[in-house]
Amino acid sequence: MGDILSLIAKRLGLGLITLLVISIIIFFMVELLPGDIAQAVLGQGATEENLAALREQMGLNKPAVVRYLEWLAGAVRLDFGSSVVTGEPVTQAIGDRFINTLFLAAYAAVIAVPFAITLGVLVALLRNTVFDRVANVTTLTAISSPEFFLGYILILFFSVRWGMFPAISSLSPGMSFGELLERTFLPALTLVLVVTAHMMRMTRAAIINLLASPYIEMARLKGTPPWRVIVKHALPNAWAPIINVVALNLAYLITGVVLVEVVFVYPGIGQALVDAVSKRDFPIVQACCLIFAATFILLNLAADVGSILTNPRLRHPK
Amino acid sequence: MAFVVGYYALLVIASCAAAYFNQRKLFLMLFSLTLVSFVLGIVGGVPALRAVTIFAGLLAFAGAVSYAFREFLIAMSGEELAKELRTAPLTAAFGMFVIFTYAIAGIFAPWIAPYGEAEIISTAFAPADENMLLGADQLGRDMFSRIIYGARNTVGLALTATVSAFVIGATAGLLAATKGGWFDQFMGRVADVIMSIPSLIFALLMLSIFGPEIHVIIIAVAIIYAPRVFRLTRAVAGNVVVMDYIEAARLRGEGTGYLIRREILPNSTAPLVAEFGLEFCFVFLLIAGLSFLGLGIQPPTADWGSMVRENATLISFGDITPLIPAAAIALLTVAVNFVVDWMLFRSSGLKEQ
Amino acid sequence: MKNSEQQMMLDRLADAAREGRISRRSFMSYSMAAGMTATAATGLWTTSAKAQPVSGGTFRVGLHDNNTSDTHDPGTYLSIQQIVLAHTHRAYLTMINTDQTLGGDVALEWEGSSDATTWTFRLKENVVFHDGRGVNADDVIASMNFHRGDDSTSAAKALLADVTDISKTDDYTVVFQLAGPNADLPWLMTDYHLTIQPANDDGSIDWQSGIGCGPYRIVDGSFGVGFQLERHDGWHGEGAYFDAIEYLAINDPNARQVALVSGDVDAVSSIDLKTMALMQRNPDLIIENVPSGSAITMPMHCDTGPFDNVDVRMALKLAMNRDEIVEKIAFGAAVAGNDFHHSPAMPYYPEGLDQLSYDPDRARALLQGAGIDELNVDLSSAESIFSGAVDMCVLYAEQAKAAGININVVREPNDGYYSDVWLRKPFCCVAWGARPTPDVMYTLAYKDDAAWNESRWQNARFNELLLQGKSELDDAKRGEIYSEMATIARDDGGTIIPFFRNFVYARRSNVQNTGALAASWEMDGARAASRWWFEG
Repeated sequence: MGDILSLIAKRLGLGLITLLVISIIIFFMVELLPGDIAQAVLGQGATEENLAALREQMGLNKPAVVRYLEWLAGAVRLDFGSSVVTGEPVTQAIGDRFINTLFLAAYAAVIAVPFAITLGVLVALLRNTVFDRVANVTTLTAISSPEFFLGYILILFFSVRWGMFPAISSLSPGMSFGELLERTFLPALTLVLVVTAHMMRMTRAAIINLLASPYIEMARLKGTPPWRVIVKHALPNAWAPIINVVALNLAYLITGVVLVEVVFVYPGIGQALVDAVSKRDFPIVQACCLIFAATFILLNLAADVGSILTNPRLRHPK
Repeated sequence: MAFVVGYYALLVIASCAAAYFNQRKLFLMLFSLTLVSFVLGIVGGVPALRAVTIFAGLLAFAGAVSYAFREFLIAMSGEELAKELRTAPLTAAFGMFVIFTYAIAGIFAPWIAPYGEAEIISTAFAPADENMLLGADQLGRDMFSRIIYGARNTVGLALTATVSAFVIGATAGLLAATKGGWFDQFMGRVADVIMSIPSLIFALLMLSIFGPEIHVIIIAVAIIYAPRVFRLTRAVAGNVVVMDYIEAARLRGEGTGYLIRREILPNSTAPLVAEFGLEFCFVFLLIAGLSFLGLGIQPPTADWGSMVRENATLISFGDITPLIPAAAIALLTVAVNFVVDWMLFRSSGLKEQ
Repeated sequence: MKNSEQQMMLDRLADAAREGRISRRSFMSYSMAAGMTATAATGLWTTSAKAQPVSGGTFRVGLHDNNTSDTHDPGTYLSIQQIVLAHTHRAYLTMINTDQTLGGDVALEWEGSSDATTWTFRLKENVVFHDGRGVNADDVIASMNFHRGDDSTSAAKALLADVTDISKTDDYTVVFQLAGPNADLPWLMTDYHLTIQPANDDGSIDWQSGIGCGPYRIVDGSFGVGFQLERHDGWHGEGAYFDAIEYLAINDPNARQVALVSGDVDAVSSIDLKTMALMQRNPDLIIENVPSGSAITMPMHCDTGPFDNVDVRMALKLAMNRDEIVEKIAFGAAVAGNDFHHSPAMPYYPEGLDQLSYDPDRARALLQGAGIDELNVDLSSAESIFSGAVDMCVLYAEQAKAAGININVVREPNDGYYSDVWLRKPFCCVAWGARPTPDVMYTLAYKDDAAWNESRWQNARFNELLLQGKSELDDAKRGEIYSEMATIARDDGGTIIPFFRNFVYARRSNVQNTGALAASWEMDGARAASRWWFEG
């Protein structure tokens, strides 16, 4: 157990370094973007004088490195600066939106993860039957369609034709939890459709991959029923790749929801991030990317720890 | 009326034939369909029965095509390959047929398509007629021709990008798993950094900086997806590396190259192959998403992703125009994954049915 | 008459009656011809027709073009979200009426000196801010000065560049002193940046609080998500029938359309033109299709080859089939351009000038006359300019082939298009917002020394006429001047204008308006909130 704790500590340290590297990459990528922030803020309607004045006001006349170091000095003290465009502190500008995105991702994950793994085990058990094929084709078709298109189709049926759920998921203050779940059902369903197939297929593949192993053969020869073989013998050894794919998809849920948010008019962080990139609002881009990165690093750490805990060979390296 | 009589007559005759030839499964299926049809016929009337007929007909047609295609492949190929192909289920044969069709369409697009991809021949959204198989798009260009050209442009781009991602990711993953130590750590960190940046934003930044050229798209997509492949390869190969036979090979003094080629790779192909099919879909969608942001393939080049997006709003009114390119994307990814499933099944060494 | 046709006829009649386009007598005779009994027709007339504005209800509007990073700073107004909101919670000196004439908003009346270099505005005395404070000359002066001065970051700075001084003679009279003549100053005051904010003691303004003197006050909301507003009871104008307004940021065209169809909102801005015809079939929806002054242009740099040759420019103009572009790109919701930047929706429109038409043979002949056998040019475009911009360029390229012109369409990234492509690439595609008068438009983008002279066009006579027009207070004479300028621009200018866009927006049929709509912005000059009402 001590090994794992030290591993976690080591990985968290490495995670911080990763974040630092990302912040440098993002900063200079935003720097490299053609066009400048003042132009982006004032739009087509700006003259040279305006732009110069605005640049001065935003502090853009300092060299890039200096601005980065200033930002970093603040970030170390957990002060992520203020939006260059609106002057609002970053936490205030994206705080609510981030919570909204987290909520939507959690909503989708709570449905998708158990669903996908159960379905994966089931199709592994019933492999090559009609059920397997149907589940396969359906989930594949779902992920093969662009997300926004899936969203449109769900809206067409669930809200325009059948009127079961609202077409737009705008939130208003004072909403009850049930209302919230109803309002956000369609975007959550879209996300579920998008991520389920990947997780399900990986579960299926990982289990089938193990079915040829001698110990499974042994269990089978002993007359263990097929479902027991899979649940008791194959599944525990298939966790490593499954956990990895689940972690990947959870990270995707949080970061990859931009288009879904647009389609359902959901006030999440994705839209803020795209807006910030187009306005070259570096502190917001930076904060969003770092939040995503941190989520990702933590999920990955969890996946790796999970892999080690479920594989005795990795737990006790020779 | 004649339709209904013919429908049931056909089903009953087919059931009897199946029973006579001792095809138990087929008989059960056909006869239960007959029984279900009674209920369906009462509830849904003739249209429901017609729908069943069309669906069954399509399924049978797809099955027949797949069967014929498999036999064709077996006849065309040598002894070894033919033996392998005989094990292919019909779904895999169907998948291969679709891929083959797309490949032909893509390679010979200029000869197959009746019109040029940018040629305007009609009014906007003109319905299908004898000149235009699928009608016209928003500019009055032939939809069918654009779908054919789209096979060349979209599939070509997605395939190149996916293969690049796989070559980079898998190589790095295998090396990291075998070598271990600082190399493993370093590659892991690089992958972490790239993966932690949201992919759409990363691509958006890259393409805004370097311009939306084809090679930039390929490189950006490869960079975004390589770490995903890397991580999976690393995880799978990591499980293999701790196996005793690898230990044994190491003790024999085998080099890294040998270990990877002869020991690790064969034992980690299955999840990698499965991943390839899925990554291919994701790459496809990412490229469509980039088109959405105005950074995809340049117009008037036909590209399925942008074709879906351009007409997407029509779907709310039940117009099927945007469904055609979407179906083209879905059909290909499903087909690829059918073939992948078969290969997965074979490489898993699982011979039981 | 078939039943469905009859129903359609009746629906149309009811619509016409509701909007006051038809008299009671003709309404009765038409509806009886459509198979209605006299009693039923009378009933229909009283329920749907000639509705007087009724107060009440919450008007929910789905808007396009919303940014999270938008603010209440009037100097940075750019998005539709900001502009529509500005017309709802703030007020201007003047405004464009629904019949496209100029009317007073905060200003009661105005008068220019005979040389049009001094303008005096008399303010209404009953205008109050949402916090109850009265609006006076100081607020107006501070609000205008916010856009002036060396350290101003306002995008409206150029607009007020000619203003040398703004002063008050009493609490309700403001005098603008100009460096040169400008007969259009009262029109300029309708510009969307020039809102009236409360002045601080030091002469700056308070834009941060969002307090204005418009018809509705902001209750809650944030940019990129939406705003809730309620009626400002002390409002100085007519209208403001709704009790409350709710603006929702819906950037995706499909989401807007679905929200309207399913009744989640009462009106939406900018509908997808592809689905316009399909939406018109829905009896619950009414599509507004209003010609505007907003042009799509394709400037060619007149100082760069091959565009420095007037014959090449004319050949490119003749190689465009504008009717096909209007039909296929704008789905009919546009007015074909004639290569002078003056739309029929603007004052002083020159009627009766010859329309440039598609003539590839003449274009080819012109090119051959200039010694060019085959012309190859790059045309830059981006999808963000307007929906269909890239398609339009592709279509134009196809049309121009017939004239032996090869146009290579370059799709530029949406991001940074106006900083990296516009004014830099020699041939590109641009979307212009509507400007109130031809003088503003020409001064901004066609004057020889204008910063945005997008085609780098120099024409002495054109610039001379432009100056003449500025000081001419006689409308007839100004009309003649703008007619001559239009001819010059059409024949010599470096800008191709494929079309002027219509504003196409939609409302549910229980939302009413007078039938006349201001053409200056989407949503009835961005003033739908204070001009429309719910059917009683």
